[in-house]
Amino acid sequence: MSQTAIKVENVSKLYRLGQVGTGTLKNDLNRFWHKVRGKEDPYLKIGQTNDRTKKAESEFAWALKDINFEIKQGEAIGIIGRNGAGKSTLVKILSKITSPTTGQIHINGRIASLLEVGTGFHPELSGKENIFMNGAILGMKKWEIQKKFDEIVDFAGVEAYVDTPVKRYSSGMIVRLGFAVAAHLEPEILIVDEVLAVGDAEFQKKCIGKMQDVSTNQGRTVLFVSHNMPSIKSLCTKAIILDNGHISQTGDVDEVVKKYLSINLEKSYGDIVYVSNKHRRARYSREIEFISVSLEDALYENCYATNLPIKLKAVLKSNLSLKKFRVSGSIYSEDSTRIGVFFSNHIEEPVKEGEEISIMIEVVSHNLAKGNYYFSLSVGNGDESTGNVEYDIIYEVIGFKITHKNDINTPIVKWNSDFGSISFQANCKKIDG
Amino acid sequence: MQQEKNQDSSNWTEIIKPQRSLFDLRLKDVWNYKDLLFMFVKRDFVANYKQTILGPLWFIIQPVLTTLMYTIVFGNFAKISTNGQPKILFYLAGVTIWNYFSDTFNRTSSVFTSNANIFGKVYFPRLIVPLSIIVSGLIRFSIQFTLFMSFLIYYLLQSNDIVNPNMYVLLTPVLLFLMAGLALGAGMIISSMTTKYRDFTYLVSFGVTLLMYATPVIYPIEFLPQKYKTIIMLNPLSGIVETFRYAWLGSGSFSWQLLGYSFCFVIMLLMFGIVIFNKVEKNFMDTV
Repeated sequence: MSQTAIKVENVSKLYRLGQVGTGTLKNDLNRFWHKVRGKEDPYLKIGQTNDRTKKAESEFAWALKDINFEIKQGEAIGIIGRNGAGKSTLVKILSKITSPTTGQIHINGRIASLLEVGTGFHPELSGKENIFMNGAILGMKKWEIQKKFDEIVDFAGVEAYVDTPVKRYSSGMIVRLGFAVAAHLEPEILIVDEVLAVGDAEFQKKCIGKMQDVSTNQGRTVLFVSHNMPSIKSLCTKAIILDNGHISQTGDVDEVVKKYLSINLEKSYGDIVYVSNKHRRARYSREIEFISVSLEDALYENCYATNLPIKLKAVLKSNLSLKKFRVSGSIYSEDSTRIGVFFSNHIEEPVKEGEEISIMIEVVSHNLAKGNYYFSLSVGNGDESTGNVEYDIIYEVIGFKITHKNDINTPIVKWNSDFGSISFQANCKKIDG
Repeated sequence: MQQEKNQDSSNWTEIIKPQRSLFDLRLKDVWNYKDLLFMFVKRDFVANYKQTILGPLWFIIQPVLTTLMYTIVFGNFAKISTNGQPKILFYLAGVTIWNYFSDTFNRTSSVFTSNANIFGKVYFPRLIVPLSIIVSGLIRFSIQFTLFMSFLIYYLLQSNDIVNPNMYVLLTPVLLFLMAGLALGAGMIISSMTTKYRDFTYLVSFGVTLLMYATPVIYPIEFLPQKYKTIIMLNPLSGIVETFRYAWLGSGSFSWQLLGYSFCFVIMLLMFGIVIFNKVEKNFMDTV
């Protein structure tokens, strides 16, 4: 039986809204007076749920409210949620930067938290001195850093610069150095908050790899806060969604990420989707605009097969008289990775102003593997040689699933989530010689 | 089941609670981070004087110029008595011990506000920072003390009558401890208050200068009229400065009562400071 590494019980955090500093003396005295008389803190009662989009009714808000969860040793947990959902507050409480207003957290093992890369770096000190400085801040002993010094420099790839003051470094190099130090910490629990957003792609990959190594091979517990679903999925085994200071979902990472994306994108499967401004990300000229989109000829509901075409009916309305137009579209996987793009031929039939046109789009030989996908569509004119014009673009408008191989009788039983999105056709036979 | 639960609860390495006991000072934690303390000291020392030509010489230039100024203004213009001592030596002794207090106090009193960016990103015992300031202040003090010693030796060689260092020089470490305790205690209280009420920053900036005039740095204590003498002696710094000068120069007065009073004051202040610092450090990020 694996042991519990972190146990969070009823943790809440109250924050004061608005200007801190005015009237605090009065509140402090009031709070003190209640305490002296053995009464409850008067400001704990009036807190409201933290929703940054609504105007506050009270001066205080709960950034976190009654958070409960438990993490076993060796698990990698992703924490996801919109901006202001309470992720950073939770991480700050776990790393002892601030304390909870109520509740308790039990921790088993040494925690190291990486909320920022290169904390305590001093611009005047050399790379070498800063490695020791940063390591010490993160809780390493001097001999520990000494032992790993070469490894750290090597990981950061800044060997030529170790004796140069950090102020001469490029910002990327500072980040690399900072992460390199943190990556060589040996805590039992590692908390990482979105620090990978900086640094180039190669380095990000290196970091994710290092963290994977830490959690799966060395059996350490990792808490990872990120908005990047692919990296959450590749690193974590479980995930938690925070929403307005509450936990709205916990469980297996694939399920939770799926749920999170479906909340966020409001994807709809099946039926007719009427296009509205929530599908558009800017004001387009809309000489022709989308009215509605629907799936056609599915095996059932919104399910298709790998080797059958996906059909999509779109109704458009023209606001001008046009000679021709064309439609293009993209297919995304559910973690917002674009799988591919298609462009239709031009439809060379003149349309009159105010006319509604229905078109049928058929995506043939797509070879998509089992999974959930969705379409973004665009209507425009022209091609590479004449120049493109897009009249209207609708994002993430309709979703579909691939569940079968050839037809309704051949369901796909097993397709691991890390197999990717394309099911290639390959033949294999014995040859002579 | 119940048994398992009990066993479980004793195994936790740490429990985070909204409140912790006032006297839970986590000194063991501080000890674990001692390497960090020395890194801070080193950073302080190295970073301050990088890209300067004179480097650590600045530690010496400052007290020399200050002493010179005091000699001219208070010694020659105002003709304040130096108790028969060479003016330069008298002022330098005062400046050396006073500087240790004012430097460390100034810096410990802004620990939270000036380190908010680090404190907001990573946990380590916050007490490390004021302690590192005390230690790096000691290095600065020892350099300035060497300067004072060279002047002292010069005057000793010149004539052996005026300057009389005596057995009480052995009390110097105690005096330093008291100075450090005062600076640390007061600094921690002020820095804890400034996280919420910034008013204290203004108070400190001129308060230290005013405090110097309420301490016998530029005048000998026995030349004061009796009614002021009592007030000045209430200042816990007076005993320390006076003892320092008595020990090394042999002028002025020494009393165990005065030193004892300073000692008690420092211990109380230090206790109070550490407790309030510990209370504030947990949540100061929300208000700073």
